[in-house]
Amino acid sequence: MNIVVVGLSHKTATVEIREKVAFAPTHMDKPLRELVALEDITEGIIVSTCNRVEIYATTRDIAGGMARIKRFLADYHHIPMETLEPHLYSHHGEAAIRHVFRVAASLDSMVVGEPQILGQIKTAYGYAAEYKSSGIILNRFLHKAFSVAKRVRTETKIASSAVSVSFAAVELAKKIFGDLSDKTVMLIGAGEMCELAAKHFLNNGVRGVMVTNRTFERAVKMAEEFDGKAVNFEELFDHLHKADIVLSSTGAPHHIIGPKDVEEVIRRRRQKPMFFIDIAVPRDIDSRVNKVSNVYLYDMDDLQGVVATNLEQRNREAQKAEGIIDQEIGQFFKWLSTLDATPTIVALRGKFEEVRQAELEKTLANWKDLTPEERKRLEACTAAIVNKLLHQPTSLLKRAGQGGRTDLYVDALRNLFDLEMTAQTTETEELGELEE
Amino acid sequence: MNALLFKLTMGAYFLATLAYLAYLFKPRQVLGRISHWVISGGFIIHCMFTIDRYLEAGHTPITNLHESLSFFSLAIVGIFIAFERKYKVSILGSFVTPLALVILLISALFPSAIAPLNPALKSKWLAVHTTMAFFGYATFAVAFGAAIMYLIQEHFLKNKRLGPLYQKLPSLDTLDEINYRCLTFGFPLLTFAIISGAIWAETAWGTYWSWDPKETWSLITWFIYAALLHGRLTTGWRGRRAAILAIIGFFVMLFTFLGVNLLLPGLHSYK
Repeated sequence: MNIVVVGLSHKTATVEIREKVAFAPTHMDKPLRELVALEDITEGIIVSTCNRVEIYATTRDIAGGMARIKRFLADYHHIPMETLEPHLYSHHGEAAIRHVFRVAASLDSMVVGEPQILGQIKTAYGYAAEYKSSGIILNRFLHKAFSVAKRVRTETKIASSAVSVSFAAVELAKKIFGDLSDKTVMLIGAGEMCELAAKHFLNNGVRGVMVTNRTFERAVKMAEEFDGKAVNFEELFDHLHKADIVLSSTGAPHHIIGPKDVEEVIRRRRQKPMFFIDIAVPRDIDSRVNKVSNVYLYDMDDLQGVVATNLEQRNREAQKAEGIIDQEIGQFFKWLSTLDATPTIVALRGKFEEVRQAELEKTLANWKDLTPEERKRLEACTAAIVNKLLHQPTSLLKRAGQGGRTDLYVDALRNLFDLEMTAQTTETEELGELEE
Repeated sequence: MNALLFKLTMGAYFLATLAYLAYLFKPRQVLGRISHWVISGGFIIHCMFTIDRYLEAGHTPITNLHESLSFFSLAIVGIFIAFERKYKVSILGSFVTPLALVILLISALFPSAIAPLNPALKSKWLAVHTTMAFFGYATFAVAFGAAIMYLIQEHFLKNKRLGPLYQKLPSLDTLDEINYRCLTFGFPLLTFAIISGAIWAETAWGTYWSWDPKETWSLITWFIYAALLHGRLTTGWRGRRAAILAIIGFFVMLFTFLGVNLLLPGLHSYK
């Protein structure tokens, strides 16, 4: 059985194409049913996010299976094949496994290491499990992909650092204050960036928000939005000492906060640390403010510097992640090949033979007065029993191997009889014996 | 037996120091856990060593430099393990265990034979006075480690150099909190050590206070930490200033402990 992947992503298709091919998450039963109804497609999963649409499936006939899946994508979304085809990629065998592991580990994402994709694949797998379009192979495959993604996440620092300016600001704040839950943020001026950063701070548990603006009405409006308090711009320095984190982005042509002001404020705060984030250009806060003790000032360039370093680090960590994926592919491939009928039959036969031998020895040890002739007959008899018992399951397995659900039987047998198998046990001579 | 336990302790502290230093540079969570178990194992052996010595000598084994340095090292490790558990900062070990190891190594340089107890030390106060003093010293040693970490982390944040070590060090707030906690434990211990010493001096030498160098320097140490505590509680000496004072306090304390014993002759010069 082969695993194939057909799909497109932000790397091969523009958003215009991607949105046409996307599947609505509310109606996944129909496409999943149609997918596994395709000729020679036994299992199928559809992953559909804003950045990628991918189908993972199992098939006996690689080329035919992939062609049918492509046709299905085009037909289902009523797109001419000629339009869709150039954007599609398809993988089979090891490349397919590597692709899915990389996607799940967020190595193929637009922002490498972003955490959403794993959740999206889990959701897609959830639909497939619900509508029974995935079976033994894809179940095992997807669980493996999840565990690989988890390993990558814990063993590399691929997602440990912020790659957006506002996240970087939140992370810095955590390194200064530790817990943010008793901290207050002050917003000076109302910019989009400022608002976004404030939202991130609120999501990270900041307790209170104060807003000030040259036009008081705007401050009031924004304060309402954040459930905070509006402050008169003229009274900024009467309130500044109450803020732990200050986000500034006014359109002022010159500095509005200088080192002298901050020294005064910090004295009023009894040296409790303050974090100033200046995202205005031209800057609102004199850079000498950073020199005041227990005060940390980051401007837009500083934050972008942090983001650039973090991105570099992510790319370095991605290299490590590729190594982890290499290891895991090998392991999964081994399992996949044990799903073939031959090694299972060998292992099953071995297990029965082992039991027969053990029981025979036990009996013979207590039955000393047997003649060699009688011994032979006893051995022949037990061997015949084993062969008779195994005849039906083995022939069924072989027939199944010629175009059916071998994996189902194989998996069941492995569990029922606790069979230990490696992909290498394919000794055909032993099979020959079984024929008789 | 006693010598073997001592060597085992040294070995464990050495391995723990290596593991903690490796943890400083390698992003492996498992290294932090290994370090923790190695240092905890070393601590248990070290306790056994100390108890064994107590039983053999028949008195608190803090009567010469070998014993007191060893006990100092033991107390540092004990206090560190407590803080590591409370604040979940394994990396504190990268700064504190090397210190405990060095002190134990210095201890090994001094003769370890159990000598008959100096008659002046024969008192119930020996145990109280010395253990309190050394646990006080040990909390200040942990504060010293946290203070150095604070200054490094602050340097990174101020200069916007956010490398791997920055990622690994805890927040400034946590480090300042550890510093403060150490102060609130260490200061009362030091105070009681001085008071119990004075009471003991009265019974042994007939006077509460004789301005012996050890007493003078203990008082200087006490004033430094008292000033730090006072500054913290009133005008908000926190962060950088508190860290610098904790470092100064630690060095003065080291002088009170070692410098006075080795350099200045007086009633407390037990070698």
